[in-house]
Amino acid sequence: MTYQRPNFRHPEAPVNTLGFTRRDYEGSISTLCAGCGHDSISAAIIEACFGLPVAPHRIAKLSGIGCSSKTPAYFLGRSHGFNSVHGRMPSVATGANLANQDLVYIGVSGDGDSASIGFGQFAHVVRRNLNMTYIVENNGCYGLTKGQDSATADRGSKSKKGSANPYEAIDLASVALQLGATFVARSFSGDREQLVPLIKAALSHSGFAFLDVMSPCVTFNNHEGSTKSYIHVRDHLDAAPVDFVPVRDEIRASYAEGMTTEVRMHDGSVVRLHKDSGQVYNIEDRQAALRAIAEHDEAGRTLTGLLYIDRDAPDLHKVLGTSRRPLNSLKEKDLCPGSKVLDSINAGLR
Amino acid sequence: MKPTDIGNAEYFHKVVDCQYACPAHTPVPEYIRMISAERYTDAYMVNWESNVFPGILGRTCDRPCEPACRRGRVEDAPVAICRLKRAAADNKGSLEGLMPKIPRRKNGKNIALVGAGPASLTVARDLMPLGYKIDIYDDQGKGGGMMRSQIPVFRLPPAVLDEEVGYILDMGVTTHFNTRVESLRSVLADDYDAVFVGTGAPRGSDLDIPGRQEAAARIHVGIDWLSSVAFEHVESIGKRVIVLGGGNTAMDCCRTARRLGGEDVKVIVRSEFSKMKASPWEKEDAMAEGIPILNNHVPRAFLHENGKLTGMSFDLVEVRYDDTGRRSLVPTGEAVEFPCDAVLIAIGQENAFPWIERDVGVEFGKWSVPVVDPRTYQSTNPKVFFGGDAALGPKNIITAVAHGHQAAISIDLFCRGQNLHDRPGPGVTLISQKMGMHEWSYDNGVSDDYRFKVPHADPALTLKNRKLEVELGFDTRTALAEAQRCLNCDVQTVFTAATCIECDACVDICPVDCINFTPDAEESVLRSSLRAPATNHEQDLYVSGPLIQTARVMVKDENVCLHCGLCAERCPTGAWDMQKFLYNVTKAGQACAPSKR
Ligand SMILES: Cc1cc2nc3c(=O)[nH]c(=O)nc-3n(C[C@H](O)[C@H](O)[C@H](O)COP(=O)(O)OP(=O)(O)OC[C@H]3O[C@@H](n4cnc5c(N)ncnc54)[C@H](O)[C@@H]3O)c2cc1C
Ligand SMILES: Cc1ncc(C[n+]2csc(CCOP(=O)(O)OP(=O)(O)O)c2C)c(N)n1
Ligand code: SF4
Ligand code: SF4
Ligand code: SF4
Ligand SMILES: [Mg+2]
Repeated sequence: MTYQRPNFRHPEAPVNTLGFTRRDYEGSISTLCAGCGHDSISAAIIEACFGLPVAPHRIAKLSGIGCSSKTPAYFLGRSHGFNSVHGRMPSVATGANLANQDLVYIGVSGDGDSASIGFGQFAHVVRRNLNMTYIVENNGCYGLTKGQDSATADRGSKSKKGSANPYEAIDLASVALQLGATFVARSFSGDREQLVPLIKAALSHSGFAFLDVMSPCVTFNNHEGSTKSYIHVRDHLDAAPVDFVPVRDEIRASYAEGMTTEVRMHDGSVVRLHKDSGQVYNIEDRQAALRAIAEHDEAGRTLTGLLYIDRDAPDLHKVLGTSRRPLNSLKEKDLCPGSKVLDSINAGLR
Repeated sequence: MKPTDIGNAEYFHKVVDCQYACPAHTPVPEYIRMISAERYTDAYMVNWESNVFPGILGRTCDRPCEPACRRGRVEDAPVAICRLKRAAADNKGSLEGLMPKIPRRKNGKNIALVGAGPASLTVARDLMPLGYKIDIYDDQGKGGGMMRSQIPVFRLPPAVLDEEVGYILDMGVTTHFNTRVESLRSVLADDYDAVFVGTGAPRGSDLDIPGRQEAAARIHVGIDWLSSVAFEHVESIGKRVIVLGGGNTAMDCCRTARRLGGEDVKVIVRSEFSKMKASPWEKEDAMAEGIPILNNHVPRAFLHENGKLTGMSFDLVEVRYDDTGRRSLVPTGEAVEFPCDAVLIAIGQENAFPWIERDVGVEFGKWSVPVVDPRTYQSTNPKVFFGGDAALGPKNIITAVAHGHQAAISIDLFCRGQNLHDRPGPGVTLISQKMGMHEWSYDNGVSDDYRFKVPHADPALTLKNRKLEVELGFDTRTALAEAQRCLNCDVQTVFTAATCIECDACVDICPVDCINFTPDAEESVLRSSLRAPATNHEQDLYVSGPLIQTARVMVKDENVCLHCGLCAERCPTGAWDMQKFLYNVTKAGQACAPSKR
């Protein structure tokens, strides 16, 4: 009669190139409803960080409020973290990131957290191209407060009690594209094959990487008539497969000419997209991405995969010309240039 | 892959590693849970039903269950299954009313059992409650066979042996002790409906090398010497003793020699240490008593002067493996001598049936082992059955018990004129353990403790007194903690594909990466492509049919599942359930449909 995860792990559990096992990336046991899509995303984040790999202590995870925003407690238990107030994760992430660009920032938010109360914050963090991975665990409802329709709920989607949502839905991926996001992807919590490489790619991107991940709320939004249930999402998915090839691995698999696109990231890793199922437009064409999303939407389908990438846009640090070194490592000598410099400044103002 | 048929009792049986490995298929986790609940008497009876000698086996069993124990695959060492059995026996209460009722009116059938070792006693134990009249013959003065004549009292106190042999003889078995059977023909002439031969493998191998005849007075065959000690015909041995052989008999010989005045006792073995037949714990116990084990020594000659043994010479060998992996012992050309006052030869045991006439219809095969059906234990004379060491050569007590159970079923079928091959299947139940949120009717927590050591009596005392038991057994607190190490492998993860929504919750929570959802493929492909590669081919993959949403299949590698229940705990639809699987080997006369599988 216990609800604790045993300490044993598979005796042949793999060790990554940094010497860590998956266990070093786990958090405490989830308290979300059994079967929640968010738990799957947590597992995908663990898998991506373990596989990339990033050392746990080099990661900072940030979140707002909601079931989704609770999940950082359930992964990366040996990383830094900040659970902020509802919809305010972007401000905290911006502050943390500006103070120390040596960490890898993962923001986890919900559709309520990002598309309602935090919509304004969301807009600004996108347009500033803050170097972080921003994951919205999108279940079309406010899970934590018992399943009210959120701003991403599709028009006509039925609530558990049977009433249809009368409002137009916000598509966060399209919004992010319009606001100048430099990496936009969509995925599904139940498609680990696609989600893990996408998270790896997002973590390797320098700039703002946005992932909208459909993540069924098994308790309040998994019924018939909901467009965010497991079965509905699976039935309406047009998933474009994605491979992530880390820097250290040579590219071995060969594909038919013209069937794949390879995107080389700044760190040398490669994201490989397969054209055979859906990814037919130029991945670096923002307008084409917006059109593809809309076309699928009109056909009643959801396109998932890497939707858009701009590898060259400067991130916020470059724009602001900030200190390369973390602020906490700057000493008085670095901060106070001395009276001579002060004199020359003063002289310049006279 | 073909979906797993969990309706086949053998599938889940195999998951219960210890029970599967036990020749008598004792429901191990079931009795270990009873020990955790301080239900020692119940734990004892579960054992008694299936292995007949819990107190004896709790001290002496060869424990094939332990190397099989799952705990040994996820951690350092297996659960101390054997010593927990002893804890049940040590702490049990009164057994009054728990033993089977023996019908006063007999069924008119008479059975003779030759030999009163564990095999024969098990036959008696299974047939007495069915109304058979049983005569048991043994050349010793008491029942128990080699458990009495060979196993030294410092490992098995006579009181424990007497008690458990007594439970059977007290059922009303007619004993003919101190009676050596000299002719099977005459037994058959005595109008028995069936005869069971449980006479063991009573002949110790000798070593015919130079000096054997000349120095014979101080050279003894190990098992003969041990029984002479057991029956107190021998009370001392010289100071310097060489024991030849690397099996358990050698370990008992050397430890006994230490107690009878041997000060410089050595075990000298042909093979290397790791290839010795003795169980690791027997070797440890011997070495702990200051007995060195010398390996790779091949005996060359007994040395003697004026008809008196003075020592032994050996050729040193090296172990070599050829390209095919075949092992050979290659002489190094070096020889060594050790002076000694006595030698005990413990290099093997053989069957011998001088009392069975070769024309009574019992055929013998190679090495004078009788031709016996390995399922029914019937010989080529349909009335004559064999079991224990007599049937298939020297093994151990628990194997003798398992043979005894099966032979009893055969004898019962035979006496009722039924087909011996139409045998009853096992009794099986599979029951959900769910009680509520986060609540199971078994203790699903997984203890982190390492295996507890059984305390030993002070060697200063035990080496002086042959009759003092060395192992003290677990106290109840340690037994409880050790019992907690059991992973409850009989509480099965049962999967229902029809209710699974493929949310991956079970995959993510499983601490040991057992569960996978993947496109179906051949077993070899699946084994190499799972989250954690399934490299232990002795453990099965549990495979579902195609799932509703994606047509993938669920594949679970049973290998290191901790039976923690978290998959079932995290499943939103109850597609996983934890169900207790109880598997009981059906005994003679237990009404149960014959197995059709
Ligand atoms: C030194 C030693 C230590 C051992 N230690 C262990 C141990 O720790 N654990 C373990 O599991 N096993 C142990 N064994 C093996 C174990 O004792 C046997 O495998 C087991 O007792 C076999 O049981 P059985 O019923 O087949 O025959 P036995 O136990 O051999 O009993 C046969 C009986 O038949 C009698 N008999 C033989 N011929 C006749 C006849 N013609 N007429 C009348 N009676 C006859 C014999 O005297 C004997 O009493 C040990 C064996 C030896 C030699
Ligand atoms: C300032 C503030 N307003 C309202 C709430 C109540 N509240 C808690 S969670 C939540 C919605 C969360 O929805 P979402 O971000 O989609 O998370 P989910 O639980 O669905 O994962 C709301 C409105 C709050 N905690 N704080
Ligand atoms: S309420 Fe919904 S979103 Fe929250 S944990 Fe439960 S299933 Fe997940
Ligand atoms: S019981 Fe379930 S969760 Fe626990 S180890 Fe076994 S498969 Fe994994
Ligand atoms: S938790 Fe249950 S519903 Fe979810 S994938 Fe596992 S078995 Fe299926
Ligand atoms: Mg939500």
